[in-house]
Amino acid sequence: MHISTDIWIWIAAILTLCIYSFLYKDNPFYKFAEHLLVGVSAGYFFVIYFWNLVVPNLLTPLKNGFSTLFTGGGFTGDLAALVPGILGLIILTRLIPKIAWMSRWAIGFYFGAFQGIVITGYMQAFILAQIYGTFIKGANPVFSLALFGNFFSAPGWAPFVLAVSGPLMILGVVCTLTYFFFSTEHKGFVGGVAKVGIVFLMIGFGASFGYTVMARVSLLIGRLQFLLRDWLGIIS
Amino acid sequence: MNLYEKFLKIDRRYIFILVAIGVIVPLVAPLGLAVTTSPPVENVYNAIEELPPGTPVMVSVDYDPSTQPELSPMTVAVLRHCFSRDLPVIITVLHPGGPGLALEISDRISQEMGAEYGEDYVFLGYKVGGSAVILSMGQDFHVSFPADYFNTPIDDLPLMNDVKNYNDVGLVVTMSGSTFPDFWVAYAHERYGQEIAAGVTAVMAADYYPYLQTGQLVGLIGGLKGAAEYEKLINRPSDGLKGMDAQTIVHLFIVVMILLGNIAFIFVQRAKKREEA
Repeated sequence: MHISTDIWIWIAAILTLCIYSFLYKDNPFYKFAEHLLVGVSAGYFFVIYFWNLVVPNLLTPLKNGFSTLFTGGGFTGDLAALVPGILGLIILTRLIPKIAWMSRWAIGFYFGAFQGIVITGYMQAFILAQIYGTFIKGANPVFSLALFGNFFSAPGWAPFVLAVSGPLMILGVVCTLTYFFFSTEHKGFVGGVAKVGIVFLMIGFGASFGYTVMARVSLLIGRLQFLLRDWLGIIS
Repeated sequence: MNLYEKFLKIDRRYIFILVAIGVIVPLVAPLGLAVTTSPPVENVYNAIEELPPGTPVMVSVDYDPSTQPELSPMTVAVLRHCFSRDLPVIITVLHPGGPGLALEISDRISQEMGAEYGEDYVFLGYKVGGSAVILSMGQDFHVSFPADYFNTPIDDLPLMNDVKNYNDVGLVVTMSGSTFPDFWVAYAHERYGQEIAAGVTAVMAADYYPYLQTGQLVGLIGGLKGAAEYEKLINRPSDGLKGMDAQTIVHLFIVVMILLGNIAFIFVQRAKKREEA
């Protein structure tokens, strides 16, 4: 057992214990650690964004642009930074009710530009490619009679999974989409298909929940590894 | 109050204590339970294994300390794999909380593997913009990152002399605790055809399986289990494999508690119905 002599390890360990003390009940130690986290995070992100966003993209180009202008070099592309700079300042007009409407210009510009960048990429990646992938894997259809032929000629678990997984996926997609189709009442055939869709949804939620449990346990393992190894030196 | 009702009203703090014991005991006295590898993780391993030596790999550290226990082990494992195969690594950060974590890992692993800065790896640091940065790197890395994290112009780094854009990168591996893999798929893969692999938290893993089916991701490392699998594949046990005993014990405990809770609930409901009748 080699207890750490590093002051920062001790601070991190004590703050970790303060946060975990909430599991017993709410208390001042937990509140202290929580508020400290919020305050430090706000300060950290302000500094990071100032030096990585405002300085290189606004202040430095403006400084270069104006110094060139005032030394007789004329207008340069650096001064184009004035446009996003002014749009950014306009957003702050929301703080003044009388001229708050001006902020819509900047927000509208931002929305328009972002949608322009996003729509094509997202349409291709998340809709067209996914529709294609539901029916085709690589260059082969996922629903293939040849795969069933392989299974019947050489029965086994692996060929069975290969043959069945494609049709099962198509069935799952169709039934789940039917569940989210609200223009027809879920009765009769449509209701039956929608119910099968619910089964697929439940299986999906179950898988997500299992992964979520795993993630939370992993975080606990990470913290306890820190406490037992880095702080107390009990494990290697 | 019968036994079943008592079980349903058990103070949850007892469960916390049992979970803590379930984690601490296997960490102090490892059980050495077997870990099997899965195709999504094997595909990431194979994608790196198949790259010719000297082909740059880009590792994007897109997470912050809140997901560090899951994502740092896999980042470490991928870096060890790349360095052991003489694949130069370009490290970038797209999450504002990531630069410190990426710097610590790159320093530690490069020292351990004898990798030289500028030749075997570069650390370009954090850049604001997410999707805009990913798009911009498709045109020219030297415009997106004029200087590295230490303010050295990247034109002065030998590794970056041969790297202009994604055409010169064999594989991008994004380690993410948020939606950054979506951006990499939508822009680097769809627009520039770049091969992408992702390391994600377990919470996110289920959401990214469809991208494996479509080939938009070449492979997926999900959570601490994924990291443990990768450590097993490269034969370098570390935090991932060390945590698997605890993970298994706690999962078993949770499964037993869910079963017992449901059984108790059913019996209590039956008893209530009998009383009402």
